[in-house]
Amino acid sequence: MGNTHYTKDHEYVRIDGDIATFGITDYAQSQLGDVVFVEVPKVGAHLKQGAEAAVVESVKAASEVYAPVSGEVIESNAALEGTPATVNEDPEGKGWFGKIKLSNKSELDALMSEADYKAYLSTL
Amino acid sequence: MTDLASAPTKRTPLYDLHVALGARMVPFAGYDMPVQYPTGILTEHQWTRAEAGLFDVSHMGQCFLIGSDHETTARALEALIPADIVNLKPGQQRYSQFLTEDGGILDDIMVTRSALPEEDGTLMVVVNAGCKDQDFAHLAKHLPKTIKLILVPHRALLALQGPKAASVLARFAPEVATMPFMSALSTKIDGVPVHISRSGYSGEDGYEISIHEDKVRGLADRLLKESEVKPIGLGARDSLRLEAGLCLYGHELDLTTSPVEANIQWSIQKRRREEGGFPGFERIKRELTEGPKRKRVGIKPEGRAPAREGTEIHDAAGNKIGVVTSGGFGPTLNGPCAMGYVDTAHSAVGTRVSLIVRGTAMPAEITAMPFVPNRFYRG
Repeated sequence: MGNTHYTKDHEYVRIDGDIATFGITDYAQSQLGDVVFVEVPKVGAHLKQGAEAAVVESVKAASEVYAPVSGEVIESNAALEGTPATVNEDPEGKGWFGKIKLSNKSELDALMSEADYKAYLSTL
Repeated sequence: MTDLASAPTKRTPLYDLHVALGARMVPFAGYDMPVQYPTGILTEHQWTRAEAGLFDVSHMGQCFLIGSDHETTARALEALIPADIVNLKPGQQRYSQFLTEDGGILDDIMVTRSALPEEDGTLMVVVNAGCKDQDFAHLAKHLPKTIKLILVPHRALLALQGPKAASVLARFAPEVATMPFMSALSTKIDGVPVHISRSGYSGEDGYEISIHEDKVRGLADRLLKESEVKPIGLGARDSLRLEAGLCLYGHELDLTTSPVEANIQWSIQKRRREEGGFPGFERIKRELTEGPKRKRVGIKPEGRAPAREGTEIHDAAGNKIGVVTSGGFGPTLNGPCAMGYVDTAHSAVGTRVSLIVRGTAMPAEITAMPFVPNRFYRG
């Protein structure tokens, strides 16, 4: 599929027209361990690519999640507040953090394809 | 990426076991220690409260003080700590602290009087891994020449904690079943000498087992074969002790905190409060009479966001009144919990406070500890 892109900080973003759904990758969730708290982005927030977009906490530590693309948050996954473990169980599906209305499609050029991300993971 | 520039970390005798079990190893107090196994911290924590968790705590420091008789050795140690050691019964264990002249804490320790008549005059002391070199130097410097200080770096230490710990360990050493909490005995498991105390750092019933480093792998393998036993890493060790309201040196205890501020004055027995004879007595006497300036308290955030070490605590008016010293998520509590120091005026249980997390004031409440009831063996 050509519509999912990845960042070096282990965020993914799945593109559907103008809308980008983002979260953290399976690699990120396994590195974090059990997720106990997620602070999803606020609806209406204007995110900038690379800036802090969300917070995900494991038992031991809090980690920042960076916006893979710029745009307005049109939806956030409030369900993660009650069941943060969803991020571990299905990080790239039900564990999504937010949906962004893309403000600059060319930003995707800076991101990795799935194949590039897999190659990148093998170097870690 | 491996940091090749840092000093090589030490390994406990169970390093190979941790790696074989798939542990994620992290540096802690100069040692490569398992922070978790593939099971993960939440599962390991819950398992310990339901079954029996096995911890490698061999990084901690063990030593013996040997004098001509119990009272001689006890009085020598009493010159450095505020606990009553003279009146320890054979096989009895106490929690205490090495204090500084101004009443601060160098380390917290466990002291055990040997149960064996032929070892009268012997005290066993267990100290934290991060402080052990300084603690041993402190003892060597201050103990009179009549007391021998014997370090035993060849001894490993295991902890077996949880409601099933007693029934498991009793399969190997039946006498452990009836040991009182905070007592110790020497026995053999599979022909190997072990020193066992009924104590721990989880808030549950359990034991700590000192054994020769050449034999610890055999014992650990044996215990892990029992269906009730799983290996537990340092991550869960920390979440367990946090829920249990127990202090961690370097967080709740340091050179600036007194045992009274830390709310562990229960470990200073009456005789010592009256007689003194330990460093920092003036400050402790004053704080016991007038109250300390600040107190260690439990803190319960209202929402689901954890508040971690270093988080500022504010009163309703926005004034800083304290700081979080340990905080995280309590798996048994199923919510965030924290400990910290606040100005005494704001330390009453039920006091509403704010925790400044990522620049936002999150509501919280001062609460009693433990967060999860302790289940020490009461007979």
